Amino acid sequence: METEAAKLIAAGLAVAPLLGAAVGLGVLFSGIVNSMARNPSMSGELRAIAFLYFALVEATGLFGLVVAFLILFAF
Amino acid sequence: MVFTQFGKKTSMKIKVNKYLKNPMYNITLFIFSVFNFILIPNYLFASGSSMHSPIEQFVVKTIFEIKDPFFGFDISFTNASLFMVLASIVPLIILGFGVRAAETVPGKLQAISEMIFEFVENLLLENTGDSGRPYFSFIFTLFLLVLFGNLLGMLPYSYTFTSQIIITFFMAIVIFLSVTIIGIVRHGFGFLSLFLPSGTPLILQPLLFVIELISYCIRPISLSVRLFANMLAGHTLLKVFGGLAVMLIGSGSIYLAPVAILPIAAIIGMTALEVLVAVLQAYVFTVLTCIYLNDALNLHH
Repeated sequence: METEAAKLIAAGLAVAPLLGAAVGLGVLFSGIVNSMARNPSMSGELRAIAFLYFALVEATGLFGLVVAFLILFAF
Repeated sequence: MVFTQFGKKTSMKIKVNKYLKNPMYNITLFIFSVFNFILIPNYLFASGSSMHSPIEQFVVKTIFEIKDPFFGFDISFTNASLFMVLASIVPLIILGFGVRAAETVPGKLQAISEMIFEFVENLLLENTGDSGRPYFSFIFTLFLLVLFGNLLGMLPYSYTFTSQIIITFFMAIVIFLSVTIIGIVRHGFGFLSLFLPSGTPLILQPLLFVIELISYCIRPISLSVRLFANMLAGHTLLKVFGGLAVMLIGSGSIYLAPVAILPIAAIIGMTALEVLVAVLQAYVFTVLTCIYLNDALNLHH
């Protein structure tokens, strides 16, 4: 019973990195939108860069999510 | 409905009628309705009896058993192996049929094949310059394998082999080792200067060397876990929402059952996002491989 409760609490704590990933994505896209507004002729290249870094930033949050899944289902 | 396009008036009604006469459209509609009216109720009744775990989709099932005759290892043909074989064959078929009758004005299949080819070629040459050209076939194969592994995994009842950490880790470690070997063969002892950015003060150099070495050695882990985590999280999320919908419909309450429209709507949106993520992760995997290759080929000082 106590291990069950501890598992649920641990899984909840393990998704805390998603907050950082969310902030990071916000900063990333605000920067991209800013640059696109300043220099619209670059928007094609900027979009490619945005998608690459979107995946990189998102992955850091997903590491936490995977740990939460492991705690919930694998143990 | 009438609207104006380039100064010409076009009737929408004619276009719709033309579309309905298309035999492919009728066949698609027929298959879709069979799926809706026969299969979906079947699933609901079957899954209502026993709730499935959202990570049950990642279980590796043996299709036929093979035992290694020398050491007795289990090298059975599993559903993961089946989808790896499919992910290698499907792009071969598409590319093969696409370029068989190479024409000046490309057809649909040829246009797709050429687009994929040129996309990967541009990717490699932008990142590594001309020195990366000998490695094009490897990068192209890698991109197609990951892309079709991810996309085939989006089909219902299929298996996503990229959601297994051992498979992505093996791909990443092969890339890591071969890139390191390429770097050492090309530059010899000078390859170590990769770990020492130029213009560092002498006092900081040992510390920075260690940090750079660690960040270099962590590359296969971050490369593999990124792909694996994305596929695992996305597919689990889809199944969690699917389970929620089944639970609401199966509850038997007339107040709760209509609420199931919300998770079903969420699944539709998330499936679109997952297809985007599948393509994006294949792209990111390839781009990072190109970047690592560039580090080994052209040492920047």
